[in-house]
Amino acid sequence: MAVREFAERGADLQLVGIQKRFPGFTAIESLDLTIPAGSFFALLGPSGCGKTTTLRLVAGLEEPTEGRILIGGADVTATKAHQRPVNTVFQSYALFPHMTVIENVAFGLRRRRIGDATSRAHEALKLVELDHLAQRRPQQLSGGQQQRVALARAIVNRPALLLLDEPLGALDLKLRRQMQLELKGIQEEVGLTFLHVTHDQEEAMTMADTVAVMNRGAIEQMGAPAELYDLPRTAFVANFLGQSNLLTGEVVGTTPTSIAIDAGGHRVVVPVDRAQVHRGRITVGVRPEKVSLHREAPAEASDRNVLGPGRVIDVSFSGVSTQYLVEVAGIGTLLVFAQNIGIGPVAALGDEVWIGWSVEHGFGLADLAPDEGRFAADDSTSSLAVQAREELVAELGES
Amino acid sequence: MAFAAFATTEAQPQAPRRRSRIALFLLLPGIAYLILFFLAPLVSLLLTSLQQPNEFGDIGVYDYGFNWQNYVDVVSVYWEHIVRSFGYALVATVLALAFSYPLAYFIGVTARRWPLLQGLMLVLVIAPFFISFLLRTLAWKQILSDESFIITSLKALSLLAPDAHFTGTPFAVIFGLTYNFIPFMTLPLYTTLERLDLRYLEAGSDLYASPFTVFRKVTVPLSMPGIVAGTLLTFIPAAGDYINASRDFLGGPDTQMMGNVIEANFLVTLNYPAAAALSIILMAAILVIVGVYVKRSGTEDLL
Repeated sequence: MAVREFAERGADLQLVGIQKRFPGFTAIESLDLTIPAGSFFALLGPSGCGKTTTLRLVAGLEEPTEGRILIGGADVTATKAHQRPVNTVFQSYALFPHMTVIENVAFGLRRRRIGDATSRAHEALKLVELDHLAQRRPQQLSGGQQQRVALARAIVNRPALLLLDEPLGALDLKLRRQMQLELKGIQEEVGLTFLHVTHDQEEAMTMADTVAVMNRGAIEQMGAPAELYDLPRTAFVANFLGQSNLLTGEVVGTTPTSIAIDAGGHRVVVPVDRAQVHRGRITVGVRPEKVSLHREAPAEASDRNVLGPGRVIDVSFSGVSTQYLVEVAGIGTLLVFAQNIGIGPVAALGDEVWIGWSVEHGFGLADLAPDEGRFAADDSTSSLAVQAREELVAELGES
Repeated sequence: MAFAAFATTEAQPQAPRRRSRIALFLLLPGIAYLILFFLAPLVSLLLTSLQQPNEFGDIGVYDYGFNWQNYVDVVSVYWEHIVRSFGYALVATVLALAFSYPLAYFIGVTARRWPLLQGLMLVLVIAPFFISFLLRTLAWKQILSDESFIITSLKALSLLAPDAHFTGTPFAVIFGLTYNFIPFMTLPLYTTLERLDLRYLEAGSDLYASPFTVFRKVTVPLSMPGIVAGTLLTFIPAAGDYINASRDFLGGPDTQMMGNVIEANFLVTLNYPAAAALSIILMAAILVIVGVYVKRSGTEDLL
C-alpha cells in the first residue's frame, strides 16, 4: 500500500536570521521562518523577490551569507546538498536525459544504497500514474508527464522536506489546475512537509495551508490563504494577492470601533481592528468583489461607505462576473466586480453610478499605496515569462 | 542538442521525402568528387595490394594479379609494427583524454562566468595550429634531445642515467602523439561541456549523489558525444601517424609504426604491394575498432 510505504512524516524547517548576498546585490535581507512538519507551505512573490534563492539555500545548492538552517531540529547549514534529507522538484524538472524514467526515479534510492530500488521506484511511478511509461526516455514524455516523473523522483526518497520550485510554471492552465489538485492529494497522502515556491497567487492559495508573501528579499506577510486575502497588511500584499481598491487620506475621525479618513473629499470608514495604523496619512482598501454598484445615490448609512457619483469608463464581461472601472472625482479609478446573477444593477459605459461597500469589508494598510500601478493586472494566470514575452511582442508591434 | 545522440531514433517522425531530380543534380559534383578522389584511389590501392612481382622486371615493377600472399607476408613481417601502432595510439588517446577533459571542463563549465577567460583559453588551445605540425614536432625533438637543457639538467640531478636518451624511445613517440592531438581532443569535449546544463548536476547532488558520483553518473554520460568524437579524432590519425615515430623526429628504430613502414615500403624499397596491403589492413582495422567502439558507447548518431 502506497500510504504505508510513505508513512514517514516530514520534518519541520527552521530558517534563523538568513541573509544571502550575491556580488552586487542582496537576494535575502533577513529571513526568519518556521515551517511545521507535515504542512504545505507556499512562498509567494514576484520574480526576483528571493523566493527561489530561499529554496536553493534550503536544498543546499547555495550557501547563506549569514544565518542557520535547521531541518527537524538538526543544523544542516554546513552540509552539502547530497547530505541533506531534502529533495527538490525543479522548475525545469532536470530529468536526466540519458536515463529512462525508471532509472531517473531510482537514482536517489541507488545513491543511498536502499534495497529493491526498482520496485520502490515502480511504486512511486504508480502513485503518479505513470508506471506504464517506465521504460521511456524523459524527452519522449509530455510536459505534464515529465512534471509527474520529477515529482515521483523526489518523493520516492521520502525526504523530510520536499521543495517545489514553480514546478507547474511550464504547464498550460488546465493541466496546471489538475496537477495542483494531484499535488495537494499526494501531500495529504504521504504526509511530507512541502515547501512550494511560486509566483502564481491562485496556485499558492489553492494548494497551501500557509502562504508567505515575499517581496524584495523579505517576507511581507504570512498566514492562511483566506486570512491573507481578507486582511492584507501591506499595499504589496493587497495588490499581489488578488486585486484591491486602495484609497489614501488623512485620518479625520476616530471612534472606539472605527476610524474615518478623508480620501479626496470623501469620507471612508474602516474598523479599528482591521487597520494597521490609526493616525496620520493612511491607506485603506477594499476588494473589488465586495464593492457594489448603484444607479442612484444610496441612502447614507453608518455601516456603509459610499463614493460617488462616478462614471463608468470601462466594462469588461468575463462570464462569471463583469468588471467595471469607475472614475470618481478626487479619488481616481475604482474597480468593481459584479457577479452576473441576474439581479442588481447593470451599468453601461459612460453611466453615472455610485459605489458602496460594507465598512467591515475594508482594511487599513501598514504602508501607503504607491501612486501608480494601482490596478496593474496580476490576475493573469500565464507565467511571468509568458507575460514578459507578450509585453515585448506588444511593444514590438507598436513600433 | 547534445542529447540527440541519446534519443532513440524510432520515435522521431519520418521527414516527408520528396524525390527530386534537382536534388540529384545538385549532388552530382559531390558524387563525382568522391568517385574520382576516394573510390578510384581505393580500388587502385586494393588492386596494388594484390600485385605480384614481374618475373623479369626491375625492382619496383609489378603485374596485376591476385596475390593474397602479400597480406600474409606483411602481417608476418610487420605484426610488431601493427600492434605497436594501435598500442601507441591507444595510450596517446587515453593520455590526451586525461589531459583534455579537465581542461575542456574548466573552459566550458568553470569559466562560463568569465567569457573573456574562456575565449583566451580557447585561443591558447587552438594557437599551436598556427605553426606547422612538423615544425612543432621538430621543436620537441630539440627540447628533448640528449644535449638539451632539460635532459642535461635531469642527468646532472641524477634523475636520469648518464647514458639515457629520451628521443627514440616509446615515451617520446607517445609524448609527441599526445601533444599533437590534444587540440583535437579538447575542442569536441569543449563543445559538449559548454552546452552541459548544470541543472542536471544540481539535480544529481539533490538526489544524494556525491560530487564524484555526479561526475560519473551525470557529467560523463552527458558529455559522451564529445568524448567519442574527441577519441575518434585522436585515435584514427594517431594510429596512422608517421611523423612522431619517424627517426627524423621523435622516434627511433624500435618505435616504428605502421605509417613509417608504409612510407618505407612505398618510397624506399619500392615494394608497392606490401605498402598497399599494409594500408588496407590499417584502414580495415580502424574501421572495425571504431565501429565496435561507437556501437558500444551508444552514440551511433555520430556516425
